[in-house]
Amino acid sequence: SRSSSKLGEGIGGIFTKKKLDDESIEELEELLITSDLGVTTATRLTENLAKTRFNKDVEPHEVSEALAADIATILEPVATPLEVDKSKSPHIILMVGVNGSGKTTTIGKLATQYKAQGLNVTLAAGDTFRAAAIEQLQIWGERTGCPVVAKETGSDAAGLAYEAIERARSENADVVLIDTAGRLHNKSDLMSELQKVIRVIKKLDENAPHDVVLVLDATTGQNAVSQVGTFKELVDVTGLVVTKLDGSARGGILVALAEKFGLPVHAIGVGETADDLRPFTAKDFSRSLMGLDNT
Amino acid sequence: MFDSLQDRLGSVFDKLKRRGALSEADVTAALREVRVALLEADVALPVVKDFIEKVKVEAVGQDVLKSVTPGQMVVKIVNDQLSEMLGADHVALNLQVTPPAVIMMVGLQGSGKTTSTAKISKRLSEKERKKVLMASLDVRRPAAQEQLAVLGAQIGVRTLNIVPGEQPVAIAKRAVQTGALEGFDVVMLDTAGRLAIDEELMAEVASVRDAAKPAETLLVADAMTGQDAVNVADTFNQKIGLSGIVMTRMDGDARGGAALSMRAVTGCPIKLIGVGEKLDELEDFHPSRVASRILGMGDVVSLVEKA
Ligand SMILES: Nc1nc2c(ncn2[C@@H]2O[C@H](COP(=O)(O)OP(=O)(O)OP(=O)(O)O)[C@@H](O)[C@H]2O)c(=O)[nH]1
Ligand SMILES: Nc1nc2c(ncn2[C@@H]2O[C@H](COP(=O)(O)OP(=O)(O)OP(=O)(O)O)[C@@H](O)[C@H]2O)c(=O)[nH]1
Ligand SMILES: [Mg+2]
Ligand SMILES: [Mg+2]
Repeated sequence: SRSSSKLGEGIGGIFTKKKLDDESIEELEELLITSDLGVTTATRLTENLAKTRFNKDVEPHEVSEALAADIATILEPVATPLEVDKSKSPHIILMVGVNGSGKTTTIGKLATQYKAQGLNVTLAAGDTFRAAAIEQLQIWGERTGCPVVAKETGSDAAGLAYEAIERARSENADVVLIDTAGRLHNKSDLMSELQKVIRVIKKLDENAPHDVVLVLDATTGQNAVSQVGTFKELVDVTGLVVTKLDGSARGGILVALAEKFGLPVHAIGVGETADDLRPFTAKDFSRSLMGLDNT
Repeated sequence: MFDSLQDRLGSVFDKLKRRGALSEADVTAALREVRVALLEADVALPVVKDFIEKVKVEAVGQDVLKSVTPGQMVVKIVNDQLSEMLGADHVALNLQVTPPAVIMMVGLQGSGKTTSTAKISKRLSEKERKKVLMASLDVRRPAAQEQLAVLGAQIGVRTLNIVPGEQPVAIAKRAVQTGALEGFDVVMLDTAGRLAIDEELMAEVASVRDAAKPAETLLVADAMTGQDAVNVADTFNQKIGLSGIVMTRMDGDARGGAALSMRAVTGCPIKLIGVGEKLDELEDFHPSRVASRILGMGDVVSLVEKA
């Protein structure tokens, strides 16, 4: 992201022709902390670095490169795109997450990509709670040219999901993207409502939903660990999409999440329009986290 | 998930059996743990550093009360300093201007601006018997204007009619004009979400400010925000000038360190907190409660208070 260069400048400042000592290691750790990697991950990464290079002369660039490489190693295994399996006809994807994280917008972006691949996409307006959530998805339906299955606000979300899948089947859709209302993971009633949506989907296809994607806002700090942990436990999240990486937040929490949960990171959101979804690349993400140019 | 600060401090202070004044070494050891606790609560690093310095000065040399351990004593001092830094007890909205008083809501995408606009309007109209007009200046997010209109209907507060294609500054002017002509006490302006680093949209909201001359400009921010809280709050404050902060999603389990970060960099009081999606789930901000939440230390604080 744009402002991650600050981190790079910081490291430049610390390590101009210097030995890697306790003080510089602490400063480096602090720079990682300000990217939301969290104390534990930041400490572990810098300690690793210290093991091999302590008291050796280091160039600022070398330190950044080494750290970026270590971070990329952690992220490499989780960088997996969300590909539609046509044989599932339809491939059922449930989008979940806390309020305002970017679920509905991400559905619009994914629909855009799948349409471009020539797939037949159905959208399901499963947020039957929030004011104008249905209208919001309907506008994304118009923009992307995808049918939207919707009922009025206040309807049962599970019932809506059921109907959407039936309709998608009858229209030979390749993929169904189901929107859900935002909910905080600590609200047990709302989490059981989501479990009910999944139970009802399973009545139509016991292997569905084939993907449960948690949409995470990159601005989120350490609470993301609790979010992912609870959603994973209660609704078997299968992967993540991280939004709002076009802002000044660096999304360093992803590194801690990759270590702890190892869930695939499917894509990153870098804006509000249909085309603002990018593949998640371990190397690019790590380098930009360290303020290094991507070549 | 996190070790509580109490556990951390316990292990530091188990070694110290002696009583009397807190030595510099005691305090330094304890504050190392406090630093980690604050960072895990998402308080931004520069704010943590300032805070630790202040507490150190305060704590070294203080007598440890007989009935508590040195660790508990440090926690009490930390908690008091934290409450102080979070600000005086509840600061109300300032609407003492020639009506209509304009309240402008700003913040990042998805932070809770539209919902908070409706919550504040509901409170002002029901509890304070104010005549409130709401207007959505969000011409970008799909169905944003409809969202505010639906909320307005739910709470019985009027929304400015939607004119397709009208731009934010023009909507703001029409809202203030309608407010003045039709005798409204308060005009609420809900703006589109924007990134602090988006120069163009920050300039747009500055023009809205110049046209509407708000009595209150409230930054609406998510309690789950991480280290970026300082950049966001600082930039919004520099570019448009804030009068207060609304922290949303305090009903989650985030420790809410962003409250301290934002308060520290802007000097603006946190005026209100959102504690749910429903439109009556808005509360006044109480620094001492949030201080114990950030530390995760409610019990020790009351223990020392009683000692
Ligand atoms: N800058 C930026 N904004 C985004 C991105 N993704 C989503 N947004 C914006 O974030 C806000 C919330 O997005 P939504 O898609 O409505 O989020 P949601 O999770 O569906 O929200 P709820 O349904 O209310 O829980 C909107 O203003 C979006 O335009 C992104 O990648 N970058
Ligand atoms: N749990 C909880 N949810 C909230 C709170 N405040 C707002 N929300 C939810 O957060 C989501 C986003 O709220 P909005 O009011 O649409 O946010 P916004 O800032 O107007 O979003 P944009 O206009 O897209 O930038 C919605 O699902 C709201 O119901 C709160 O205090 N607690
Ligand atoms: Mg949504
Ligand atoms: Mg809004």
